[in-house]
Amino acid sequence: MGVKQLGIVGQSVKRRDGIGHVTGQTQYVDDVFYTGMLWLKMVRSPISRGIIHGIDASKAEAFPGVVAVVTAKDVPNNWYTILCLIGVEPNDEPVLAHEEVMYMGEPICAIVAETEAIAAEAAALVKLDIEELPPVLDMEFAISPDAPVIKKWGNNTFMYDGYNHRKLRFGDFEKAIQQADHVIEGDYSLSPIEHAPIETHCCVVKPEPDGRLTVHSNTQALYFTMDNTAIILQVPSQRLHMIGGTVGGGFGGKVDVITEPITCIAAMKTGRPVKWRWTREEEMRKSSTRAGVKMHYTDGVMNDGRIIARKVRSLEDAGAYHRHSPYGVQKHMANLPGPYTIPNVWVDAYCVYTNRQPSSAMRGFGVTEATFAVECQMERIARTIGMDSWEIRLINAYRNGQMRPVRKVVEDATLIETIQAAAELIGYELPAHLKAMSSDDYGGKGGHHG
Amino acid sequence: MAKHYGRGIAAVNYPTGMNLGGDPTQALIFCQPTGGFSVKLASTDLGQGLKTVIAQIAAEALGVPFDSVIVDTGDTDSAPHCMGTFASRATHRVGNAVIMAANEARKALLDVAAEEMEAAPEDLVLENGEIYVKGAPERKTNVFNVALAAHFKHGKTISGRGIYLKQKSGLDPETGACDPDSTEAHATTVAEVEVDDETGEVKVLRLASAYEVGRQINPEMVKGQIVSGAVMGMSHALMETVFPYYPALDHHTYSFGEYIIPTALDIPEIESVVLEYPSSNGPYGVKGVGEMTANSPIPAIVNAIYDAVGVWVTDLPVTPEKVLRALEERSLETH
Repeated sequence: MGVKQLGIVGQSVKRRDGIGHVTGQTQYVDDVFYTGMLWLKMVRSPISRGIIHGIDASKAEAFPGVVAVVTAKDVPNNWYTILCLIGVEPNDEPVLAHEEVMYMGEPICAIVAETEAIAAEAAALVKLDIEELPPVLDMEFAISPDAPVIKKWGNNTFMYDGYNHRKLRFGDFEKAIQQADHVIEGDYSLSPIEHAPIETHCCVVKPEPDGRLTVHSNTQALYFTMDNTAIILQVPSQRLHMIGGTVGGGFGGKVDVITEPITCIAAMKTGRPVKWRWTREEEMRKSSTRAGVKMHYTDGVMNDGRIIARKVRSLEDAGAYHRHSPYGVQKHMANLPGPYTIPNVWVDAYCVYTNRQPSSAMRGFGVTEATFAVECQMERIARTIGMDSWEIRLINAYRNGQMRPVRKVVEDATLIETIQAAAELIGYELPAHLKAMSSDDYGGKGGHHG
Repeated sequence: MAKHYGRGIAAVNYPTGMNLGGDPTQALIFCQPTGGFSVKLASTDLGQGLKTVIAQIAAEALGVPFDSVIVDTGDTDSAPHCMGTFASRATHRVGNAVIMAANEARKALLDVAAEEMEAAPEDLVLENGEIYVKGAPERKTNVFNVALAAHFKHGKTISGRGIYLKQKSGLDPETGACDPDSTEAHATTVAEVEVDDETGEVKVLRLASAYEVGRQINPEMVKGQIVSGAVMGMSHALMETVFPYYPALDHHTYSFGEYIIPTALDIPEIESVVLEYPSSNGPYGVKGVGEMTANSPIPAIVNAIYDAVGVWVTDLPVTPEKVLRALEERSLETH
């Protein structure tokens, strides 16, 4: 290895925003105030699944200090469209629910008032007439024939090119598993977790005299949020002026375009600046989580430690709506075999819908879950066949020039080098034949450090 | 009843950039009259330090002092498109766009300098804001003078446009064949734990890791990612869930009173070493380090628990209750 010495690149210069962050001087969205600014609170579904028969907001509307109530009929294009820009269809999530509710906490109508306290008090006065239906919460149940179908297209999974799961097929798993000395299986699962940013979701919208809207947002993706908001509002993107860029923690939790459209509609309807900031409870119970995931591995392993076959079935809990899950499952699928050279691979990855708050992107989207399972499975293999934990990884590690199951040739591999460096770091002496290994020892093309 | 020591390892890869590509980012750079350079981006800094590393990359590519580079992010009226900050893509994508923009601005600057100095632009060296003729260092000027001359004498703009796009690729629905990354970063973590077989509690003693991240733009901030990622991974392994009885909804968490995250007292000894094998397509060889650092600690800790007490608890989070139940189940099997 060895990299060319550069000038300022490679230097640990002090971060420019560090002092502002640690002394509380950085301006975040919640620090934005305008004279005459109104506050927004959301009325949400109290149950996990049901049919909406009535929304009576008359008492809330009459409550002193309430300026407007925003319902589904105020939303020009009442769909969260976040994936349509990257070609994922059909739209499945209303911005504000009006026919049915699919998870506890689903937004139904927004109260806009002179103060946050008034908005919260008035929100409690909205009467909801919802006929409760039994929720589907368990993924295995959701994909069984006994489950009620909760999605309009007729089943409870995302449909990928006509299939109810994403497939990865490489080599001949069925044949290879017959030839294996050992068949080793493992179950791995993760329950949903919260991004837990210090800064909760917050949006402030100011209608400008020229008819534009200034949108202060803590989104991780300003243009993506602007364009999706414009589609929902049915206005040209040029009417929106997004200001952001400084986010108090994202971890994937701030790419859902979840506060901006409603806050814009409230500002347009009232002609006044509006702020919507989420409580910690909303952040935990209503915002997207990381998905719950269940994976089952079946590996064919030879006595010498080579893994010759791997089959994975994975279920990912999207919750009630797509958000970014159909994308995440594809990324998950590509990573489920792990960074090892396995000639026969079979993966089925499902994006499953349940009546749970939607999951969406989170740090390591689809990959964290896969590497957790892969690395526990590698250890299980080592323990089962009585091989050293370092050796099992080193002999199977992918090399530059080899073919991955997704049929991309490995070209930037350094798995072996990090394993060797970690052993050295803790003072563990690897045997000579393992020390001699390298990501470039396959001899194929690829690799940049030969 | 005793405390048991265990050690586990995990080796991971991490893809840089959006799966299947199709995620562009643009940058604009312009020079102010006195030689400051403003980098205009619509990218977002989530706290990881993007604004600082982008200033470093711009300064390096322009050949000007770090302090003369201003990074202006986060306004769609004044900066071109960026897909966003996610998928460990920002330093890779934004950095590439900024280098492209800087090259154009640098060329415009040197063209004016060449006129001022009566030299050929290709004979000029620009380093840290100073400009001189190759082989004749006494024939020199600086960015300050050239910028003033460009604005008020020559009527020339010194600016640059940059974009980076990995074009969107397809996925074969029958085989899953696809191009899932721009490059791959790697990490190996060794976890050492202590498991109390009476309470089921797992204490992480040490996380020692090796990372390979292509090229470090700012080693101290890479270390910041490493330490915070290690803690986040440990927390994911042992503490966090919004549905403690998933898939049931019971005890759905609503505050940090029930949703447990680590505090300073929970943080183990964290050691790391960073290897650099530059990628072919990242700015100066960068690979994305952001997300990966939270991944390897999780299986390393689970494997260390197995090493300590001989039970597999592979349903996250590994709470004391799950450890005790697994130990109990094993003792029932063996009796």
